Amino acid sequence: MTAGSETDLITLRDVRFGYTDRAVLDGLNLTVPRGQILAIMGGSGSGKTSLLSLLSGRNKIWSGSVKVDGLEVGSLNRRALYDLRARMGMLFQFGALFTDLSVFDNIAFPYREKTDLPEPVIRDLVLMKLEAVGLRGAARLMPSQLSGGMARRVALARAIALDPMLMMYDEPFTGLDPISIGIVGQLIQRLNATFGLTSIIVTHDLTETLRIAHRVVIISEGKVYRDLTPADVRESQDPFIRQFADGLPDGPVPFHVAAPPYAEELLSAP
Amino acid sequence: MNRFLDFIEGLGAGITGKLDRLGRGAMFFAALLRILLPTFKRFHENIRQVYFAGVRSLAIIVVSGLFVGMVLAIQGYEVLQRFGSAESLGSLVALSLVRELGPVVAALLFAGRAGSAVTAEIGLMAATEQLAAMDLMAVDPMARVVAPRFVAAIISLPILALIFSSAGIIGAYLVGVELIGIDAGAFWSQMQSSVDFKLDILNGLYKAIVFGVAVGLISVYEGYHANPTAEGVSSATTRTVVISSLSVLILDFVMTVLMFRGLN
Repeated sequence: MTAGSETDLITLRDVRFGYTDRAVLDGLNLTVPRGQILAIMGGSGSGKTSLLSLLSGRNKIWSGSVKVDGLEVGSLNRRALYDLRARMGMLFQFGALFTDLSVFDNIAFPYREKTDLPEPVIRDLVLMKLEAVGLRGAARLMPSQLSGGMARRVALARAIALDPMLMMYDEPFTGLDPISIGIVGQLIQRLNATFGLTSIIVTHDLTETLRIAHRVVIISEGKVYRDLTPADVRESQDPFIRQFADGLPDGPVPFHVAAPPYAEELLSAP
Repeated sequence: MNRFLDFIEGLGAGITGKLDRLGRGAMFFAALLRILLPTFKRFHENIRQVYFAGVRSLAIIVVSGLFVGMVLAIQGYEVLQRFGSAESLGSLVALSLVRELGPVVAALLFAGRAGSAVTAEIGLMAATEQLAAMDLMAVDPMARVVAPRFVAAIISLPILALIFSSAGIIGAYLVGVELIGIDAGAFWSQMQSSVDFKLDILNGLYKAIVFGVAVGLISVYEGYHANPTAEGVSSATTRTVVISSLSVLILDFVMTVLMFRGLN
């Protein structure tokens, strides 16, 4: 199989996907060129994280096509899927560090499991990755001894251990203080440029996202609602985008969950 | 009429739910067996898990074994002396421990200590996305996390059962010989003449291996399929202890019938 376009690492065509009988993604089309940092935004339950699970093959689409590096993810057998995943990295919302392993062993894990490198080489590689995220001094700590921001950076070092072509970030800024948000954002940008990665960030943090992303895609009702540059987002007067950008509690995304009229429910018999 | 239909419906749903669970368990077991041989190559991980499941259960096994042996000696002496055969205490204690109490009580204790810990650990790993992270690193969590813990249970339990029986015999010796005053020579020689290596010790070991498979399988299955919430992990841990204990007792009955039926 070959890629539809050599410049595009990811191609999604008419993707339909859901968890029960309700489609979360319904006719979604998206391409991501190599080297780009793409931010995906949307309301809760809009299918942002589902999109990442489809790219990594953890879930299968109902219909359509999901191609990564020219490979149709849904039709790969287990071995081929694992080969593809070995070229992907993912940063989970809360890091997902292995709590029974030290920081050093967490980062050494992919090398020990996926390569035959001798231990002295693994040691050097781990120290290099830790240096890249500024945590070489924390190598012997356990995950429980790390702050949220440090844990996220260790997880980032682990995710890039095998030099992936694609990095996926699931809410990388959630629960972090402003300094840590800045550090993680800067790392995402720097690693993308230094290692020639392609990055997809699922996030709600608009400020940091607009600072580091090349492109912002907003998903609504299972489709790409807007595909913009960060400058476009800042200047947009679209009520939906303004609600996101300004953090307004009510707007096109309603504050209230659908319910019968308030007065009617209060006056009805329990 | 409606109540009756609801009852039938509930009963049917309950039975199909249980059968569904049993089927999933069988498929999980088959998947585990498929990756069992390569698991032995992960020597260090297996040893680490044997340490966590087996070595860390040693204290409870030795202490429980000692007390069970001591109680057996007191109760056994009470009955045997009525028939003038108090010197047979060694045989009674050894046969009870090696054939039944060693494997069964060790398995029950193992399910409570190590089995529940394995379920909670795997369940929490799933809840904190550690298993998902592993899977996305192209490392199969079944091979890296589940199988070594299953293997550790199979290796640990027979050894723990033997240690339990040995501690029990020492406990019985302390009470029977040192405290009550039964002749030490009679105690040991009766034991030596009545315990058969193949019939008693090996059969006890076979039981412990089967219990190890059962407790190991239930522990890893419940952990792997636990709901990723605090309540889900806590229910899974409880289920591990309850289902493991019942399975051990039922399997013990079945194996005892198969091994010792028509012996005399």
